[in-house]
Parts: sequence; structure tokens; C-alpha cells
Amino acid sequence: MENKDWPLWEIFIRSRQGLDHKHVGSLHAADAQMAIENARDVYTRRMEGVSIWAVESKNVHASNPDEAGEFFEPAEDKIYRHPTFYDIPEAIGHM
Amino acid sequence: MTNIAIHTDTQTALCDYVLHLADTNLILGQRICEWSGHGPVLEQDIALSNIGLDLLGQTRSLYQYAAELLGGEKTEDDLAFLRSERQFKNLLLSEQPNGDFGYTIVRQFLYEAYQQLLLTELKKSSDAQLAAIAEKSLIETNYHYKWSAEWVIRLGDGTEESKSRIQKSINEIWTYSGEMFIPTADEQLLCSIGIIPDLADLKDAWMQKVKAVFAEATLTMPEEMYMQRGGKTGVHTEHLGYMLAEMQYLQRQYPGQIW
Repeated sequence: MENKDWPLWEIFIRSRQGLDHKHVGSLHAADAQMAIENARDVYTRRMEGVSIWAVESKNVHASNPDEAGEFFEPAEDKIYRHPTFYDIPEAIGHM
Repeated sequence: MTNIAIHTDTQTALCDYVLHLADTNLILGQRICEWSGHGPVLEQDIALSNIGLDLLGQTRSLYQYAAELLGGEKTEDDLAFLRSERQFKNLLLSEQPNGDFGYTIVRQFLYEAYQQLLLTELKKSSDAQLAAIAEKSLIETNYHYKWSAEWVIRLGDGTEESKSRIQKSINEIWTYSGEMFIPTADEQLLCSIGIIPDLADLKDAWMQKVKAVFAEATLTMPEEMYMQRGGKTGVHTEHLGYMLAEMQYLQRQYPGQIW
């Protein structure tokens, strides 16, 4: 059957200047411009944002949940990878 | 004595004009809000509601100002809910039923194109309060215009069906577009003292805007035709009465009810 839905887009919103864009959800739109305008209407109507990114969902490549074990577990016992053994001069502040 | 008389005339004309602006926004806002839960897709359903609510927000500022000009006990709610059909001064365009999505888009586009030009001029009004309301409203209007113009282009330059349907809507609604540019006696008076712009100037600019968007949308401008008028002076199409009956029912039935 022909799919009559518009493509799906992932929406990222920057809530304030200086902060990162964060994923807020997804929506349907015919093209990028409509995706950004739809995001404006759906996700920023309560002053949630100052900037919008839209990425067509098919362009997002994800890791495979079945491989979560070999992907992420090996890092669990490698605490030496965290730079917690160093004394950080106070002047540097939060790293 | 003459000065006072002129002043009083101006005050009345200004008040009626502010009511005309408010009524048009209220009625169009109410119409657009009828789409809530019925939009073609969720995203556009919300877009329509956002625009409807923007219009209602602008309406409130205008009614509050009108109430101030009237100087009595009347409030914005009285002006919205306790005036009858013949007292409403909205454009006939704004009360036309929603039709299909394309019809709603055309109605919105023709109005917002006009509204954008009008508010840009009203920002320079010699009446400070009107200028302030215009400046604030224009930011929202710019988005409404962009949104509706883009939809005209998408539907016009879309599929065969979308094109034929939106062209039909344009041809049907066109007869209600001329009223925006036919000045009432009030408008002529207010224009002569710099409170509002000359509508004839706006018409040329409006035609250029509409023509450009229709050209991009591969749509045809209707030929010159008879233009319906009357809304500004309280003579409406049959549709307004039904809207007011629904909108005003609660305040008429239970006066002063709040929630």
C-alpha cells in the first residue's frame, strides 16, 4: 500500500542561548521548511525555545539495542578512564 | 464649540474603527478555532489553533482600548458577548464558513496580507495606543502571513486536485476581498487626520503581494468583479448570526457568568 503520510522528522530545540539543542520529539512534515514551522507550532508555543533543528528521521542512525552488552558494558569497569585521580587546581573550576 | 464637536466625532469614529478591527479578529479567530480537533494533520491543527488564539489576544487589546474610548462601564466582555449582529463591524471575509482546508487558507492569506500592510502603517498612527497595539500585533501577523502564503503555494503548486480546489476557493471568496479597501465615512475621517492610512494606497500594495504569491503558486488572479460590502457598517451575510448565537449563548443565558 502506498504510504500517504508525510515523512517523519526528529526535532531538536535550544531552550536558551549557550545551551545545546536537545531532542524534544518528532513530527510529520512534507519538507524541511514545513518541519521547522510545525516544530515552532508544536514544540515552542510555551516559550520553550530560541532555535530549532529538524532532521529527517531516516537520516538518524542508531546503535543496535541487541549489541548493548558488547557496546557499553566494557566501559563499566574502566574507572581509570575518568580523570578523577588528578588534582584539579581550583582556578580551573568545574571540568 | 466647533472644536469640541470635531473632537467628539473623532472619538466616536476612532472607537467604531477600533471595534471594527477587534470584531474582525474575534470573528476570524472564532472561525479558525472551529478547526480544533478537525485539522488535516495534528501539526496543522495546532498551527491553526495558535493563529486563532493570537487573533483573540489581539482582539482583547483592541476591545480594552474601545472600552476605554467609550468611557462608560462597558468591559471587553460586554463588547464581545453582548452586542448584536447589526452592531458587529467585522469584515464579511472573516465570517465566511471554513469550507475545506484550502478555503480556510485562502481566507487567511487574503486577510493577513492586508493586515500586514495595515499594521505596518498603523505603527505610525498619530494615535499612540493604536500604534502600540499595531506594533505588538505585527510580529504575530508576520508569521500568520508567512504560514498562509506558504500553504497557498503548496496547494496551488501541488497536485492537480489541490490546485483545482484552491483555485475554486479563490474564485468563490474573491468577492469578499474588496471590502477591506472601501473606506467608510469613519475611515475617511480618521485618514484625514493621520490616525489611519489611506486604504487606496494599501490596495495597490496588497494586489502586488497577492499577485506575486499566486504567480509562484501557479494560480490565476480572478478578474474584476462586484465586491460585497456591508460588514464594516453592520450589514452581514447570513453566517454571522449563527456564529454569535453560539459564541454568545452562555453570556445571554447566564448573564455575568464566569469560570
